[in-house]
Amino acid sequence: MAGIPHDHYEPSTRAEQWLDDRLPIVGLAHATMTIPTPKNLNWMWIWGIILAFTLALQIVTGIILAMHYTPHVAMAFESVEHIMRDVNGGWAMRYLHANGASLFFLAVYLHIFRGLYYGSYKSPREVTWIIGMLIYLAMMATAFMGYVLPWGQMSFWGATVITGLFGAIPGIGESLQTWLLGGPAVDNATLNRFFSLHYLLPFVIAALVITHIWAFHTTGNGNPTGVEVRRTSKADAEKDTLPFWPYFVIKDFFALAVILVVFFAVVGFMPNYLGHPDNYTPANPLVTPSHIVPEWYFLPFYAILRAFTADVLIVQITDFLTFGIVDAKFFGVLAMFGSIAVMALAPWLDTSRVRSGRYRPMFKWWFAVLCVDFVVLTWVGSMPTTGIYPTISLYAAYYWFGYFLIVLPVLGLIEKPLPEPATIEEDFKSHYATPAE
Amino acid sequence: MSQADDFAGSRRDFLYYATGGAGVVVTGAAVWPMINQMNPSADVTALSSIFVDVSAVEVGTQLTVKWRGKPVFIRRRNQEDIDLGRSIPLTDLRDTNAENANLDPGATAEDANRTLDEAGEWLVMMGVCTHLGCVPLGDSGDFGGWFCPCHGSHYDSAGRIRKGPAPRNLDIPVAAFFDETTIKLG
Amino acid sequence: MFRKIAISAVSALTLAAGAATAETAEIHIHDVAFGFEGPFGKFDQNQLQRGLQVYTEVCSACHGMKYVPIRSLSEAGGPGLTDQQVRDYAEAFTVLDEASNHQLFDQDKGEYRPLKPSDNFPVNNTIGAPDLSLMAKARAGFHGPYGSGLNQLFKGMGGPEYIAAILNGYTETPACAPADFPNYYNSAFAPGGYPDECKIFEETVTEVTNPDGTVTTRTDKVEVGRMAPGSWIQMPPPLMDDQVTFADGSPATVEAMSHDAAAFLMWAAEPKLMARKQMGFVAVLMLTILSVLLYLTNKQLWSRVKVKKTHA
Repeated sequence: MAGIPHDHYEPSTRAEQWLDDRLPIVGLAHATMTIPTPKNLNWMWIWGIILAFTLALQIVTGIILAMHYTPHVAMAFESVEHIMRDVNGGWAMRYLHANGASLFFLAVYLHIFRGLYYGSYKSPREVTWIIGMLIYLAMMATAFMGYVLPWGQMSFWGATVITGLFGAIPGIGESLQTWLLGGPAVDNATLNRFFSLHYLLPFVIAALVITHIWAFHTTGNGNPTGVEVRRTSKADAEKDTLPFWPYFVIKDFFALAVILVVFFAVVGFMPNYLGHPDNYTPANPLVTPSHIVPEWYFLPFYAILRAFTADVLIVQITDFLTFGIVDAKFFGVLAMFGSIAVMALAPWLDTSRVRSGRYRPMFKWWFAVLCVDFVVLTWVGSMPTTGIYPTISLYAAYYWFGYFLIVLPVLGLIEKPLPEPATIEEDFKSHYATPAE
Repeated sequence: MSQADDFAGSRRDFLYYATGGAGVVVTGAAVWPMINQMNPSADVTALSSIFVDVSAVEVGTQLTVKWRGKPVFIRRRNQEDIDLGRSIPLTDLRDTNAENANLDPGATAEDANRTLDEAGEWLVMMGVCTHLGCVPLGDSGDFGGWFCPCHGSHYDSAGRIRKGPAPRNLDIPVAAFFDETTIKLG
Repeated sequence: MFRKIAISAVSALTLAAGAATAETAEIHIHDVAFGFEGPFGKFDQNQLQRGLQVYTEVCSACHGMKYVPIRSLSEAGGPGLTDQQVRDYAEAFTVLDEASNHQLFDQDKGEYRPLKPSDNFPVNNTIGAPDLSLMAKARAGFHGPYGSGLNQLFKGMGGPEYIAAILNGYTETPACAPADFPNYYNSAFAPGGYPDECKIFEETVTEVTNPDGTVTTRTDKVEVGRMAPGSWIQMPPPLMDDQVTFADGSPATVEAMSHDAAAFLMWAAEPKLMARKQMGFVAVLMLTILSVLLYLTNKQLWSRVKVKKTHA
């Protein structure tokens, strides 16, 4: 396998040699742990470890919850209360799992935005980026189905509304929705399949995470300069890199510990802050809660979904041009999935040859606006669809698409980038002094 | 190497050990709840002791209740049963241990060590054959007590094994009179 | 089909009196300083016992509490009844709605048996009042401002405050309401009925071009505000002063009882609250120590490779 030149594992005893001839697992672990890592990685390169930890946390607490949970409409809500009241430490497991989902998405958004700023998606890391997007989609599906399981009012109506999105697809929509739900409405069949898939998907995510890591271990990590590690010789590579263990493991663990301080403060002192009170009322198919709001991590895309109403000109034009096939409802669904699709296409939409935003004076500003835009979308997704809010949603949604479809392609052509450092070593030395020998 | 280097080196080692130790402690603290959650939950342990109203149990009859998922025989013995039980010398018994959770583990299997009250009227024991866990039948067998239909174990009127493959007397659970008409199991 | 936009001209006229200054009279929920709030908050055992008494003597007439096991009354961090007290309490509890509590039907005797500590509080559907097990978590007293979540961050979700506000919310019925308007006015209850007489409307006159080319006007009445906060609730005022007599001699004003009931319902909804806060504290402490150690280790480790540039 091609890669950054570095020392390989050499079996030192006969027993090690014996195992290595049959299963080179020690060598694989050695190569993974000592992989040469750009020595100039900054604090935005911690989210990967946070995400790996959170995935493990969710799988472990999830398996524990499944030991006590009952996926049946008559007993699901009650079994969650059984977990909260009777199971030894069950309340801790459930609050860790519920808030763990929020930590997961917070970390993944920071991870994605780090990638967008430093151009981590650019050649040769397109596959890493695409796998990352697949992980993100799988995460959204998992989180959505998990939220249905407590079978509260928000679970039920969230499931009804979101599966309704599939019903908006022209022609096959209705049959597709019925197939998804296992009936004309959200019911026991839905709950059971969501439980099954909610248990399965995290393992799919784990497999995708392994390929994600495999992909960037092949291309090498990106880094804040966007300049590649020199592969001309081992000596050159060593000037640009440090082994993953211990330098980056300890650094990442430190970051993890700090983030867990905050996480446990939330779990211990305000575990319901990010949840919705209505989900403590058992599901009732006859009464809809007054405000249906998805969990915060879906809000940006929910805002885009709601932004394109029948009053919007572009929706009306599309409706006209497609002879009514793409009506306002379907347009909203397309916009929501499209907003993720354009992000996935970033490697091909960005025409700039410079990877890192650090050396792109114009890009910096557009990116800063994108960050604000994302926060605005999150906020406006939780607000009612009256007054000024639909207008804000619409312009925020326009910017999201504009950034990927217009700004990224055009900037690469008109922007004059700043000079990049020749090597990572040069960048490192411009920031830090070498310790006295 | 100078002494200053040695000092710095040992301080560095101490820091590494302290960090590693703290990491192990934090991990351990996180693992314990994940193991403990599989222990019986509060609704299960709440049923670990139950109150049985025995006011309706006539002399010479038996009440069977479910406790911790298993049957418990509550027998109100008549004088005949008591006399029969007390007439058996220890030497005739296969298992000379009382098998009574309310007494010392070494207590012997006299009839008085098997019953709940001094008069020997109340016999409370697990309705689980000590052979392979079947439920013995009352008022049957060769010794005026219980007979296990599965593999033919015979118990006497004090629930002691007399014949057949079972190794021990029927077990007596933790039990006591809570008030005059109520027995507390567990 | 691309439909022609029917509305050609819009002219809005403000007609309703006072509409220019119209503002919805907003519900204000007081932040009660409950002892169980904050990182080190603890339930007040006496208050929980008083709240239990209020629930038993007043609320339970209409409201069930089916997710709360009676045995938990003696568990750590709760009202702290003794085992004997819990047994007596369970036995003395009158099940009002037997039909909804099939689990209490004794097949052998053909009758409903009394409650045992291992049972949950019974269901009560006699008049369709909501179950109170999770009420303190299923309602929020505080929101916003502007969807920012800051109020909930600083004051808490406000479930117990909401309950206390409802119990204290039976203020004088607004004069604008017709005398025969059904149910009871409550200044803290949002989703109930509301008489049109107390709403402030704005009339909008719109010119509409019909498909056949004629122009007509349409008048729409839009609600723009309300004269009094809250709405009309089905529950009659449940509490009055000195309705219960507390064993510890505490005053039984409506306000005091409402706080006791709210605290009790918070416990009912979150019985492990104290254990949770303790875990939070221990976890934060341990992880802070670990963070400091990892920071020092990290610094030590990287000092071999880099040091801060000194700006000479």
